[in-house]
Amino acid sequence: MATLAARLRSFTAGDLFYSFRRSRTTVLATTVLALMMLGALLAPLVAPHDPFDIASLSLLDSELPPAWMEGSNPAYWLGTDTQARDVFSSILYGLRISLFVGAASVLLAAVLGVFLGLVGGYFGGLLDAVIMRVADVLLSFPAILVALLINGVLRGILPAGQQESAALIVLVLSIGLTNWVQYARTVRGSTLVERQREYVQAARTIGVGSLRIMRAHILPNVLGPVLVIATINLGMAVLTEATLSFLGVGMPATMPSLGTLIRVGNEYLFSGIWWVVIFPSATLAILVLAVNLLGDWLRDALNPKLR
Amino acid sequence: MPLFILRRVLQAVMVMLTVAFIAFLMFRFLGDPVNSIVSQDATQVEREQVRERLGLDDPLLVQYGRFVVDAARGDFGMSYRNARPVSALLAERFPATAELVLVAALMSLAIGIPFGIYTALRPRGVLSQALQIVSLIGISLPTFVTGILLILCFSVWLGWLPSFGRGEVVDIGWWSTGFLTASGLKALILPSFMLCIFQLTLIMRLVRAEMLEVMRTDYIKFARARGLKARAINFRHALKNTLIPVVTIFGLQLGGLIAFAIITETVFQWPGMGALFIQAVNFTDVPVMAAYLVLVSLIFVVINTSVDLLYNVIDPRLRTERKPATNAGI
Amino acid sequence: MALLEVDRLRVEFPTRNGTLTAVDDVSFTVEEGEVLGLVGESGAGKSMTGAAIIGLIEPPGHIAGGEIRLDGGRIDALRGEALRKVRGKQIGAIFQDPLTSLNPLFTVGDQLVETIRTHLPLSVAEARRRAVDWLAEVGIPAPDKRIDQYPHQFSGGMRQRVVIALALCAEPRLIIADEPTTALDVSVQAQIIALLKKLCRERNAAVILVTHDMGVIAETADRVAVMYAGRLAEIGPVKQVLEKPNHPYTAGLMGSIPRIGPRPERLIQIAGSMPRLSDIPAGCAFNPRCTRVFADCHVHRPRLAASGDGAVACLHYEGARP
Repeated sequence: MATLAARLRSFTAGDLFYSFRRSRTTVLATTVLALMMLGALLAPLVAPHDPFDIASLSLLDSELPPAWMEGSNPAYWLGTDTQARDVFSSILYGLRISLFVGAASVLLAAVLGVFLGLVGGYFGGLLDAVIMRVADVLLSFPAILVALLINGVLRGILPAGQQESAALIVLVLSIGLTNWVQYARTVRGSTLVERQREYVQAARTIGVGSLRIMRAHILPNVLGPVLVIATINLGMAVLTEATLSFLGVGMPATMPSLGTLIRVGNEYLFSGIWWVVIFPSATLAILVLAVNLLGDWLRDALNPKLR
Repeated sequence: MPLFILRRVLQAVMVMLTVAFIAFLMFRFLGDPVNSIVSQDATQVEREQVRERLGLDDPLLVQYGRFVVDAARGDFGMSYRNARPVSALLAERFPATAELVLVAALMSLAIGIPFGIYTALRPRGVLSQALQIVSLIGISLPTFVTGILLILCFSVWLGWLPSFGRGEVVDIGWWSTGFLTASGLKALILPSFMLCIFQLTLIMRLVRAEMLEVMRTDYIKFARARGLKARAINFRHALKNTLIPVVTIFGLQLGGLIAFAIITETVFQWPGMGALFIQAVNFTDVPVMAAYLVLVSLIFVVINTSVDLLYNVIDPRLRTERKPATNAGI
Repeated sequence: MALLEVDRLRVEFPTRNGTLTAVDDVSFTVEEGEVLGLVGESGAGKSMTGAAIIGLIEPPGHIAGGEIRLDGGRIDALRGEALRKVRGKQIGAIFQDPLTSLNPLFTVGDQLVETIRTHLPLSVAEARRRAVDWLAEVGIPAPDKRIDQYPHQFSGGMRQRVVIALALCAEPRLIIADEPTTALDVSVQAQIIALLKKLCRERNAAVILVTHDMGVIAETADRVAVMYAGRLAEIGPVKQVLEKPNHPYTAGLMGSIPRIGPRPERLIQIAGSMPRLSDIPAGCAFNPRCTRVFADCHVHRPRLAASGDGAVACLHYEGARP
C-alpha cells in the first residue's frame, strides 16, 4: 500500500502529470472519455430503459421527440425511435459495443504487430522480408478498403446464417488485421536497435534463449511507443467500426453499435425524426474527438519525435 | 532517366501481379466457383464437367496465369448475385464514381490551396483562426456523419439540393455523365463536398505547414533582400517549393478518395462502383469483390507511378540526379 | 554627407524572460565606395546590425531606437513598397550560405532576370543579355550555357559567385555582405573576397563586410568597426585598429591571431567568453574579461571617444566617461 501511495505521489509530481494538468483540452477530453466508458460499462445499470426488451416497448411511445420539445415524454429525454426504443439507452448500449470492438481490435492489432515486429526485427532474413512486404502492401491501401476486403472474405468463410451472430468477431478481426502494420514497423525498428546493444549481445553469449531475450530485454523497451500508437489507433478503430456498421457490413440492427444506430436512423431522416440519427452521430463524433485529443497529447508528452 | 522509368514501371507491374494473386486466391478458394454456375440440383457428373471446363483441376500456377490473362482482358466472370458479367457491371458504374472523385479532388485543390496559403501568410487573421477550427472539426467528424448533416441541412430542412442519386445523366457512348444537365450538376454538389472535406483540410494544413517552412528559408530571405515584389516571393518562389510535397500527398490521397467514395456513395445512394462493392461484400459476391480490388489497385498504381514520374519533372534536383557524374556541387 | 549613417541603433528581442538588446546604441557611417569591416564574435550583434540596415530582422525582433539614413533619408521605418524599392536597388545583400541562398527550383538565369527586371526598366531579352554579362563578370565560365542551369548544378564557390551577381545586378550603392565566405572552402574564400572587392570598387559601391575573420578585414576593409555584446567597442581605419588597437578587447583579438614573422610570439587568448545577452554586466560589457579593468568599469558605461583617426569606447580614454 505504501509503495502504491509512493508511486502515485511520484506520478502526480512527475512531468507527465504536470503536462496533463497544463492542457485543459486534454483534461476535458479525458473526463468526457471516462464518463462515456463508465456509461458504456454500466449500461445495463444506468440505462433508463432496456431497448432490447421487446415486452417493455409500447408502440404508443414511438417517435417521441427529445424531452425539451413539444409532445415529448420526460421518461425518454433524448426521445424514442420508430420502434419506441429509448434513444439514450440505445446510445449507451451502442457505445458499449463500439468501445468493445474498438478496444478488442486495438488489442489484437497491437499483439499481432508487436509479435511480428519482434520476430522480424530479431531474426531478420526472409521472414522479416516477407512480413515487411505484406506491411508495405497493406499500408499502400486505405485502411477502410482493407478492412472491407477482410470483412468480405471472413463473411465468405462463415457458413450462411451465422454471419449475424459472428458479426462482433468478424469486425474485431477485420479491423485488427488491418491495423497491425504501424506497431510492427515501430517495434521492428526498436528491436533492430536493441539487438545491437551490449547487454543483449552479452545475454546471447551466455546462452540465454531468443524468446527470453525478446521478452525480458527487448519488449520492455518498445512498449512506450506501442502505448502511444494504441491510443491513437483506438480513435481510428472506433471510427472504422462505425463506418463498417454504417455501411451495413458491421453490427446487425438486433445488436446495434453507434454506427448501426446511425445507419438505421438515417433511413428515417426524411420523416423528420432527426433525433434518432443526430444523437448517436454526436456521441460518435465526441468519442472520436476525445480519443484523438488524448492520443495527440500522449504522443507529444511521451515522444515528440513519434509522428 | 529511361532506366528509372523502366524500373518504376516494373515495380508497378509487380504490385499488380501481387494484387492479382490475392484476388485470384479469393476467387478460387472463397466459396466453390462451381456452385455459382451450376443449378442446385446438378448431378455430380455435371459438376465435374463444369470443373473441367473452368480448369479447376489444373495446377494452381496455370490457373493463376489464366486468371491474370483474363483479368488483363477485363474478364472477371459473372457476378454471383446479379448474374451479369462483372466487367459490364463495373463499366456501367465507373463513370459515376469517376465523376464524383474528379469533382471532389478538384474542389479539395481549388479550396485547399488558397486557404492554406492564406493561413500561412496571415497566421493571425480572424479567417485563419476560424479555418483552423473548422478544419479540426472537419477531420474529427466521421465522414458519413458529415454527409448526414449535409443532407439534413440542405435537403431536408432547406430543400435546396437532392439527397440521392445522380440526377439526369446524358450518355456519351458507354459513359454516362452528370456534367451536362442542371440536375446532374446539382446532384454532384453535396456528395462531392462530403467526399472532399477530409482531403481539403489535409491539403490546407499541408500547404500551410510547407509554406511556413519555406518562408523561413534562406532563399526567401535572399529574395526579399533583392527587393523582389511580395507577390513574386509568395506566389512564385514560395508557392512552387510548397507545391512539390503537395503533389505527392495529393496523388497518394486520390486513391483514398476512391476508397472513401464507398462511404459517400452509400450515404447518397450514388450508383457508383463503391455501392456495388459494398453490396458484393455484403453478399460475398466474390467476382465483383475481386474485380473491384484489381481495378482500384490498378488506379492506385497508375496514380502513384505517375506522381513519381511527375515529381521528376517539377523538381530539377531529381531530374539531374539520375544522370551519372554531373559536376553538381553538394 | 556620408552614404549611410547608422545613428544610435538599438535592436531588441522580446522573449519570455524579458527583452534582450541585440544591438545597443551603435553608431557609424559608411562613405561612398568605402569598405567597412564589421567584426566581433558570434552573437556580438554584427549580423543583426546588417539585417537592421536592410530591414530583415526576424520578428519578434525589431528596431527599438535610433535611426538609419541613406543619403540623409531615413530608411529604418520604411515599410512595404518603399522598403522593397530600397532593397536590391539601393542596398544589396549577400548571406553566409550560398548553398541555401538560391531557390533550387529556378534556373540562375530566371533568378537574375527577375531581379534585374524588378528594378530596371529592361525587356526580358535585354535583362537576359545583362544576366549573361553578370555571370561572365563574376567569373563563371561559359555563362551563356550556365545561365539555364539550376543552382544544384553549380559548386559552392560558383554559387556564391551567382549570389554576388544577384546582389549586384540592380546596381545598388551599398552591399551588406554577411560572412560571405564562411561556408566555403578555404581555397576559394580569398577569390570570392577579391572578386567582391574588385566589383564594388569598379562600381564605386560601398560594402559593409560582416565577418569574424581579421585576415579578411586586413586584406579588404578601409575602416573597421569592432562589436562586443551588441555594442561598438572601437572603430577606425583598418591600419590603426589592427596595428595599434585602442580597446583592450581589440588588442586581445589581435593578440589571438597568428602572424607570420621573424619572431614567433606566444598567442594570447582572451580569458572567459562573451556574456549572454541576458546577463551583460553593468558598466563596460567587457569588464569581466578585461586585463586593464578598474573600479569605474563596473559603474560607468563608456561612450565612443575620439582617438587618433577613429573612436573607442573605453574608460581609459578621455571623453569616454558619460
